[in-house]
Amino acid sequence: MAKYLLLKHYRGAPAPVNDVPMDQWTPEEISAHLRYMHDFAARLEATGEFVGGQALSPEGTFVRYDGEGRPPVTDGPFAETKDLIAGWMVIDVETYERALELAGELSAAPGAGGKPIHEWLEVRPFLAAPPTITE
Amino acid sequence: MDEALLRTLTPAVIGILVRRGADFAAAEDAVQDALTEAVRTWQADPPRDPRGWLVTVAWHRFLDAARADASRRHREVRVEHEPVPGPVRATDDTLRLYFLCAHPSLTPASAVALTLRAVGGLTTRQIAQAYLVPEATMAQRISRAKRTVSDVRFDRPGDVATVLRVLYLVFNEGYSGDVDLAAEAIRLTRRLAAAIDHPEVAGLLALMLLHHARRPARTGPDGRLVPLAEQDRGRWDTRLIAEGVDVLQTALARDRLGEFQAQAAVAALHADARTAEETDWVQIVEWYDELVRLTGSPVVRLNRAVAVGAADGPRAGLAALAGLDPALPRHAAVAAYLHERDGDPATAARLYAEAARSAPSLPERDHLTRQAARLNARLRG
Repeated sequence: MAKYLLLKHYRGAPAPVNDVPMDQWTPEEISAHLRYMHDFAARLEATGEFVGGQALSPEGTFVRYDGEGRPPVTDGPFAETKDLIAGWMVIDVETYERALELAGELSAAPGAGGKPIHEWLEVRPFLAAPPTITE
Repeated sequence: MDEALLRTLTPAVIGILVRRGADFAAAEDAVQDALTEAVRTWQADPPRDPRGWLVTVAWHRFLDAARADASRRHREVRVEHEPVPGPVRATDDTLRLYFLCAHPSLTPASAVALTLRAVGGLTTRQIAQAYLVPEATMAQRISRAKRTVSDVRFDRPGDVATVLRVLYLVFNEGYSGDVDLAAEAIRLTRRLAAAIDHPEVAGLLALMLLHHARRPARTGPDGRLVPLAEQDRGRWDTRLIAEGVDVLQTALARDRLGEFQAQAAVAALHADARTAEETDWVQIVEWYDELVRLTGSPVVRLNRAVAVGAADGPRAGLAALAGLDPALPRHAAVAAYLHERDGDPATAARLYAEAARSAPSLPERDHLTRQAARLNARLRG
């Protein structure tokens, strides 16, 4: 098994095919979308492939150390050009192909007009622990 | 095996060990061990006197640990032999534990964790699950909390307000995992109310009961939030409401008003209305005025603006909102609600979308997005 991070972006990913902001959908379309997302996670739990997931607030701040005795420097909220992660899901699957398949399913969540959003998701493999047998 | 009974006995048993000379941290560990042992053996061989059994087993665990500790450090065991049990006032011990676990030297998260373990009798694993952190993390938080209060004298009375804040936090966390924190907070507040005669303890208990009564109606079948005005009031728990109102009235009769009694009074007025339209908003505004006087809190002023909007019309509500900092949590949502009622759906839709972006939880964000979508659909005609 190998773990993958599926990343959903508020900003920074290429535009989805069905690119309409959610507050312009009908309430029924929103319900259908949320149900799809919920069912997706439930199905992965049932297959033993779900590890975790969380949505993130669009508010974010860059922070760095600014030297001894000084408070950290902050820069934010993010400028319009920055990448902005909307949420993540971690899956634990047999193969890379399976990870792509699942990301594809997630991207097919229904949006405006009840049609799939075709949203771009980022799939990132986790670095694993070193194997015990190396030769 | 009655887990509820076991958990009820926890604080009294800790109290007895502390009276016999154990320090709080060691007593608490010994009692957790005894609880685990009870879960393992009571099923097959239930004791006739559960509390006596727990005291005996916990005391022996404590002595074993103290001796092991002493021999490690090459010093004398402080407590050598089992003293004759004297008359024990379990209520006092329980009350002292509440004060100790909510001690002002603890951070709120530590006080919550320690209270749930030492007073509530939950295991570290259950507490960790409820707060979605690894068990090892929660174990560290609890043992650090115990070190923090290790120099606090057990018999010194504390400030009941700090205890109430901790219980309020537990209640507000709701429930996740297999522990219902809201129900647990109610259980702990009930016990506190039985141990101490204080109108604000009763006020908090009433507040919890009245809000808990609405829980079945607060989420729809698909998990979505259902706002108060749209809730199916037939699903409210009338037994809890009756108890909450009763507890509140007894407290209010004492004429020592505090913020929890005032908040409970608002909840009671909502509970009293058979339909949303029958809500006595004028009285609710009066209670918010009391709350503003008692707390000066901007969050209270924000909620007051909603009530003013319902009592005197949306213009009055918007006027009440005018002086408040727009950066307040839920400010945009309140403004959206009032603008919609003022007949300005375009502004309301924009504000609902803005509120959704800064929503602190997923159900709230979904709810606010849906509100924006509903208005935008209407605007498109």
